[in-house]
Amino acid sequence: MRRDAGHPVVYEGAPTPAERPTWPLGGAALALLGLVWEAIARLGWVPALFLPAPTAVLAEAGRMALSGELWRHVGVSLARVGLGFGLGAAVGTVLGLLLGSSRTLWAIGNPIIAATYPIPKIALLPLMILWLGIGETPKVAMIALGVFFPVVINAYAGVRGTDPLMVKAAKSLGAARWQVVLRVVLPSALPTILAGYRLGAGIALLLVVSAEMINATSGIGFLILHSGDLMLTGKLMVGLATLSLLGLASTWGLRALEAWLAPWKEEGRG
Amino acid sequence: MRVRVDSVSKVYPAPAGGRLVALEDVSLDVEDGEFVTILGPSGCGKSTLLQVIAGLEAPTRGRVTFEGAPAGGALTAVVFQEHALFPWRTVRDNVTFGLEVRGVPAAERLALSRQLLALVGLEGFADRYPHHLSGGMRQRVAIARALAVQPALLLMDEPFSALDAQSRALMQLELLALWERTRRSILYVTHQIQEAVLLGDRVVVMTRRPGRILAVRPVPLPRPRDERTMLDPVFVTLVDECWQLIKHDAREALADAP
Repeated sequence: MRRDAGHPVVYEGAPTPAERPTWPLGGAALALLGLVWEAIARLGWVPALFLPAPTAVLAEAGRMALSGELWRHVGVSLARVGLGFGLGAAVGTVLGLLLGSSRTLWAIGNPIIAATYPIPKIALLPLMILWLGIGETPKVAMIALGVFFPVVINAYAGVRGTDPLMVKAAKSLGAARWQVVLRVVLPSALPTILAGYRLGAGIALLLVVSAEMINATSGIGFLILHSGDLMLTGKLMVGLATLSLLGLASTWGLRALEAWLAPWKEEGRG
Repeated sequence: MRVRVDSVSKVYPAPAGGRLVALEDVSLDVEDGEFVTILGPSGCGKSTLLQVIAGLEAPTRGRVTFEGAPAGGALTAVVFQEHALFPWRTVRDNVTFGLEVRGVPAAERLALSRQLLALVGLEGFADRYPHHLSGGMRQRVAIARALAVQPALLLMDEPFSALDAQSRALMQLELLALWERTRRSILYVTHQIQEAVLLGDRVVVMTRRPGRILAVRPVPLPRPRDERTMLDPVFVTLVDECWQLIKHDAREALADAP
């Protein structure tokens, strides 16, 4: 802005504009994408073999739900993820808490974790199959390993991040060592541990699909690969949409768990 | 109960193989019901002394004795600077923490927390979390939390130093009023001269590196005290005298602050 000597500079009063929510914009964009897609498919610009219309995919999903095919695949995948996640998260949490509480254990465990962490976990599937045979066990074991690492690292970080002042305050009020661990270290580490669970859930979904594409006769990964082989693009799309919904559901579920377990984090300190 | 601090020294090993003498030969008594303030520049070991008395740090030499300690209740409890409340606990659950770890039944805890929150003027805030509260309110919760375990000596480690000047002034007056009602022994650490003189029956002035007691000055100001006490010539003279005592050390502290 140019200012001339001798002229007053004036900032005039104006009402502060209210902050508008952004979700209508995102929702409209998503709806528009669906409409364009539908139009392209209906007008026959792209053959249905490559791009079935959203309504056709929905109809296919309805058929698969009624016949039970969809639920069978979803159920199998969820069982693998559930078992693997439960195992990996449980072991990772306990081990992370121990590593965080003892310098000695950390000195022993850290190099082992640092050396094995960079291996993409899908690369372990052949070894797991060799060790544990084909079937469910190697898939569950691989998912558990994939979940274990982010959880153990976050649990460790959570414990180490405990404010020493909190520990002092607890001790000065008469808390014994185990009471400090249960009532100070654990709640203080909880949000970080739950963030590890969120990371682990994403990895579990990735790994279950990968494993089912390599070595399975059921599950969402198998459904997608098999439908692709048979050029059943509608079923393939149903598989992809299911994965999107499962990913959203796990994120929302873990957020809700965090809001319930760590209500002090929900507001105020962002 | 009388607390005797007897020739206490605290030496920390320094990184480069040297030694850091935080406290050297500190002796001090706190009589029953007395309000003692410890005044010193930053790095004079006054917080270390407090933690030794609280049992959070062991002295390298010397000892701390609690003579005629009452059977029930804790020996000491500490009110730290800001941010020492447990953020995952509500105000009520912060106040009852010390009772919980002692196994006091829930009904009794609830009744006690009501009393204590009323004492510090926070009746309506029991279910809030600390991040909902202002700095001054948080420190009132911290005081209630420490009083809950009925400490024979209340230790306060610069409890109002993180507050803005006006909140600090108001909290000092509240603490004075609270002490008038309870007459509990208090050992209060501060680097603020006016605060030390306004609150204390005695001001213990410490030097830094090593942390030693330089002087002990009784405060002959009448009680109950309030903001008008600070206009009293005795107050003004004593504040000036304390400033002359610590000025040299405060300059040094300013020079080697990181």
